[in-house]
Amino acid sequence: MAQPTSELAIDATGVARRFGTRWVLRGVSMQVRAGEAVGLLGANGSGKSTLLRIFGTLLRPSAGAVQVFGHDVATAADRVRTMLGFLAHTPGLYDDLTARENLRFAAAMLGLEGAHDAAANAALDRVGLSHASDERVRGFSAGMERRLAVARMLLARPRLLLLDEPYSNLDADGIAMMSEIISGVVRGGGAAVVVLHELAPAAGILDRTVTLREGRI
Amino acid sequence: MALSHDWRRVRAIAWKDLTTERRSKAGFNGVVALGVTILLLFGFAMGPDTQAIRDAAAGALWLAALFSAVLAFNRSYQVELEGGALDALLLYPGARWTIFAGKLLANLAFVGLMLVIVVLVGIVLFQVTVPPSWPLLVGVLALGATGICTLGTFYASMASRSRAREVLLPLLLFPMLVPALLASMQATKALLGGDLMHEADAWIKLLGAYDIIFLVATHLAFEHVIEA
Repeated sequence: MAQPTSELAIDATGVARRFGTRWVLRGVSMQVRAGEAVGLLGANGSGKSTLLRIFGTLLRPSAGAVQVFGHDVATAADRVRTMLGFLAHTPGLYDDLTARENLRFAAAMLGLEGAHDAAANAALDRVGLSHASDERVRGFSAGMERRLAVARMLLARPRLLLLDEPYSNLDADGIAMMSEIISGVVRGGGAAVVVLHELAPAAGILDRTVTLREGRI
Repeated sequence: MALSHDWRRVRAIAWKDLTTERRSKAGFNGVVALGVTILLLFGFAMGPDTQAIRDAAAGALWLAALFSAVLAFNRSYQVELEGGALDALLLYPGARWTIFAGKLLANLAFVGLMLVIVVLVGIVLFQVTVPPSWPLLVGVLALGATGICTLGTFYASMASRSRAREVLLPLLLFPMLVPALLASMQATKALLGGDLMHEADAWIKLLGAYDIIFLVATHLAFEHVIEA
């Protein structure tokens, strides 16, 4: 495990979020230091994914504030996005594009100038999908889609990983690969927040766990 | 530097939308089939009166284009909603307007191609004589398509977060398109009739102003619409 530093990767204070009349988060405060991997646990509907989406700038908090490496997710969202690696429940891929085309598109969106193919090939190699690089995603298994989503996440060279059940649909090799990726980012001075239903696959790489119950820690 | 990066993002989104559309095929075929069917129905509804059919040609053409285009606008965000791709798109750092501009370019290419087919079918079906001022007519088609696509792309993004998006989009879009549709129809009708009263010019100016105003407004407002 890496040694956590005093730098805060995430500093969340009093975060609340309401959908209609229902409060999903009710004043969550938590800190994650650089060099730290934190597991986020909780029952279904406890607000784990909502909290992760707020950290990832995909949702605005109804109340409270969140800073990622010193940048506010509401007022400096674009700066925060340059540091994020976000893995959602759903892979967010384009079924009618090939694996390589999906990554080339991501590279273009990230502004990786002139090295789209090289970056895409390296990422595909890293997740063990080189053999399927020119196949359309429509024919992929759920595990392959997950690996491709991870490859896309790696293109951005993230400092903060926000992972929503990253081990789901992965085989033993995939689970080991995912743990290695999380450890690598954390060792390099980054941080990770990993939403989990089962602690087992990530037990060896997490520094601590946080449990959400009915929108509170 | 930032502008060239923005332009690359615009091109990437347009390429992605057009490639997925080209490969799925069902979308374009459906949109064109609907446009041609509407023209045919107009032809049947007008009966055998040749002059009445010619008089109605401009209106039939633009309404067929509008109804077909709505399908295209819905589809352009459907691709993003399948499998959560919209979230992935929003997680890329960079100016939000580039997403809108990329989708607008793709929709313009898509609707433009559909319009060409619908116009060719309309010319044959309604026995329309192509006027000597046909380049101006092409300009009107381009301006009209730009107006429809600008607001269509914008409101489709707004409706995409709603469960009732297929119903919501026309409800939002059609009232806002009345000036563009009216100007397009009147300019087209005037040009097809030889523009003896020199009416077309005023309608084309109105259409141009409409396009500029809404191109600017939608680019500025898109960020607020697409963010949750």
